[in-house]
Amino acid sequence: MTDAKLVDRYSITNRFPSASQKADVVVIGAGPSGVAAAIAAAKGGASVLLVDENPVSASLMGLDTPLYFGGRMTRAVDNKARMIEQVFASDPLLEAAFEAGVEVALGVYAWGAFQNGPGIAAMPEAAVGLADEERSWMVAYKQLILATGSRDLSLSFQGWDQPGVMGANGLHALIKRYDAFAGNQVLILGSGDLALNTALMVVAAGLKVAALIEVRNQVQGDAALADKVRDHGIEILTGHVIVSASGGADGVERATVVPVAGGDSRTFTCDTICQAIGLVPAIELFNVLGGKLSVRTDLGGHVPQRTGLVSTGLANVLVAGDCAGLSTVDAAAHGEAAAALALAALAGQPLADEAPAAATSLDAHAYHADWMTALMAVGDDSIVVCQCEEVTRGDLTAVRQPRYLGPPSEVAAKRDIKSLAGDGPLNQDQFKRLTRACMGQCQARRCREQVALILAQSSNVPVAKVPLAGYRAPVRPLPMSVLAAHDEPYDMTSNWDVWFGIASQWVPYNDIGTEREAMHLEMLTDSQHI
Amino acid sequence: MSTQKGATVIVVGGGVSGLSAAWWLARSGVDVLVLDKGIVGWEASGRNGGGASHFQSPLFAEEQRLWPMMDEMLGYSTEYQRGKLVLATTEGQLKHYRYMAETFCENGSPAHEIDLQEIRERVPMSGDNILGGVHLTIAGQANPQRTVQAYAWALQDLGGRIQQHTPVLRLVHEGGKVTGVETKDGILGCDSVVVAAGPQSAILLAGVGIDLPIASARAEMIVTEPAPMMAIGAVDGNGLYGRQTKRGNLAYGGGPHEWLDVGPMGPSVRPGSPLVRNLTKRLLGLFSKAGNLRVIRSWAGVIENTPDGRPVIDRIDNVTMITMSSVGFGLSPASGHAVRDLVMDGKCSFADLELLKLSRFDGLSPNWRAEKGWLSHAEPV
Repeated sequence: MTDAKLVDRYSITNRFPSASQKADVVVIGAGPSGVAAAIAAAKGGASVLLVDENPVSASLMGLDTPLYFGGRMTRAVDNKARMIEQVFASDPLLEAAFEAGVEVALGVYAWGAFQNGPGIAAMPEAAVGLADEERSWMVAYKQLILATGSRDLSLSFQGWDQPGVMGANGLHALIKRYDAFAGNQVLILGSGDLALNTALMVVAAGLKVAALIEVRNQVQGDAALADKVRDHGIEILTGHVIVSASGGADGVERATVVPVAGGDSRTFTCDTICQAIGLVPAIELFNVLGGKLSVRTDLGGHVPQRTGLVSTGLANVLVAGDCAGLSTVDAAAHGEAAAALALAALAGQPLADEAPAAATSLDAHAYHADWMTALMAVGDDSIVVCQCEEVTRGDLTAVRQPRYLGPPSEVAAKRDIKSLAGDGPLNQDQFKRLTRACMGQCQARRCREQVALILAQSSNVPVAKVPLAGYRAPVRPLPMSVLAAHDEPYDMTSNWDVWFGIASQWVPYNDIGTEREAMHLEMLTDSQHI
Repeated sequence: MSTQKGATVIVVGGGVSGLSAAWWLARSGVDVLVLDKGIVGWEASGRNGGGASHFQSPLFAEEQRLWPMMDEMLGYSTEYQRGKLVLATTEGQLKHYRYMAETFCENGSPAHEIDLQEIRERVPMSGDNILGGVHLTIAGQANPQRTVQAYAWALQDLGGRIQQHTPVLRLVHEGGKVTGVETKDGILGCDSVVVAAGPQSAILLAGVGIDLPIASARAEMIVTEPAPMMAIGAVDGNGLYGRQTKRGNLAYGGGPHEWLDVGPMGPSVRPGSPLVRNLTKRLLGLFSKAGNLRVIRSWAGVIENTPDGRPVIDRIDNVTMITMSSVGFGLSPASGHAVRDLVMDGKCSFADLELLKLSRFDGLSPNWRAEKGWLSHAEPV
């Protein structure tokens, strides 16, 4: 018989404390679906914590985290108090949430989420890890609604690694949410609805759009929307691709584009280049939780595998809005559906979730790949892909060791993407390990997707076949002083061993079975948990 | 099921121990084939602290002889660096690290205590909370991920073969010996087999009547953004193991593990936990002036341990088995050499491995895991 009480005191069992804060429903992300979910859940009688990282700290914005801000922030972002007011004022629904009894936590990062499942039974309760600029803490939930939205897709070209090159979500946040955009004249890449809406937003803010550049031969977005853009005298240049951005100490001053089919280049004056080619569902927390993902190119790429409109295979975890997959579904309705399911589950009467929306006709990967192909055709191997680790396109395909190791040996120089592909299907994590692409402090926000695109193209496989380079906590880069468990309880501190707490493991071989063994065991027992 | 041409020696498991063994065999001109369920070095061999300082092992002297030559012998960089500092923030730690340094010296390796002045100079990120430390002069560190790939490529350069994404379903046992291994594509024949399959070794060996007692667990590490470079990057202590990489990142682990049941295909997931906060607290204790340094990642690896925490390196008939009991990376240059010797000569040429034989567990209670509290509480992976 197993003695249930016998627990390895050096193991994780019974070591984590109960969370310092609790809520029936925790909603991550205060976009349209998250706010709707929070309000509906609160009105249904649940205690609700709505967490949103905006306004993010100026230092994280400098790392293009969580969005691709491209260094085009005004100094206003340095003042967090002013930014919190600004964020609150920018969205009247936050006020409504507050009035519905939702606890709203702005400027708070959700860096992890953990619940028991395969491979982990250590959690005393399901909990999210939160942090502000001072400290981190855990919040227990009964139901978790992820409404984390989307990230910017970023692609490389000559000069993209300078201030002024940014993403559509980043630009939207700086103009609409922060009122802190430092640019004036924006060249937009893409012509889908995202790019067209971005153009209209820029114009509405009293700023200039230099042009829209579309790699395909047709405008990709809604025709009426495109007409609205053209009504402002804005050119949508199809069949073109950006070659380079150039400028000075303050970043971009001009951009050069060429026809994809070849021909004369054109140069546009601009201080900002907004990549509005695509967005990527923000699945970091879902991935950290161990949720199953699927590749849905019609929904933007890697998305949570859903068992209903907002349900996933993960118990007590719902996904709402863009993080569930990019689509035209009504975000608020999504959030309300998630709240209804959460409330029903809390009441012990689970509801059936309706089927997820049918596939859309979009193929995000094909579109992203068209851009990447054109960008690779007009740019050379020296273009940096991973800005943090300074890995170029050529380094990736050569699987070249990082420069701090010096030049590769003769045999190492013969290895390349083909030698790896010859040994089996490529995995993006192999390239991380060997080239360091995606290993930097931006946590691969700027290069994750384009590395996958380059690997796919260089080895002739669909990008959907390249496994996701996984996300791990903390999904935001957090200072040690913030993330550290300053509140660590005695149960964790006592019996902390540097390794497994197996004293016999560390007895010198020559002393095993001698009278010295007992001395070692005495020194080793209870003395490594320090 | 047809038997196809396999190899003279088949190595089951492309982790660091299996790859090193195969590389050593290939160096001796043996026709060798490594089979891995996935990608080489994908489990604990590529997810560990990169330490090379297990001086208690009979393999340590050979390990230390080999490491400085490994880049040249393999032809690929391992990022090996020599030297290790261990710093204490409590009197208890200091006492333990002094004992460690003494034991290090007794085993023939130079080590000495260092004063606070030297610590401040060598570890500028450390603060006034450091009470003292020791310098182990010949221990070291390398990059696990680069090293496993180096073994794999070096093996191929010598004509050895690696077949990834090919799980071994069972060892084929006929007439009192193993004659091949079964994979999804059929049976691959061999004259002898090396089982180096980590947690799955026990399952494979059980099929041929060999009881290898191991239990698997998940352990976690964290990594920061690059910090200013220290001359000796392997600085640990304060309840942590770890190192500063050649890129500058701080990669550290330690603390509680979670016992798991791992299926025949290996772990399907390697979850993290809020332990990242407790690891960070200790890392901040070690480098208290680096509070602004950001933690950017964490990871978990699944490793196996024997009941006494010591390796099993043994040969029974034509089956050679190796589990390093959760301390395999740093010793890998030597452990592969030992396995090569066992396979080819039946005996290790450079160290006495008598106490690492499997027979020491004869008579082990069948309930040993429960008796140690090493049972899994989690859903299997």
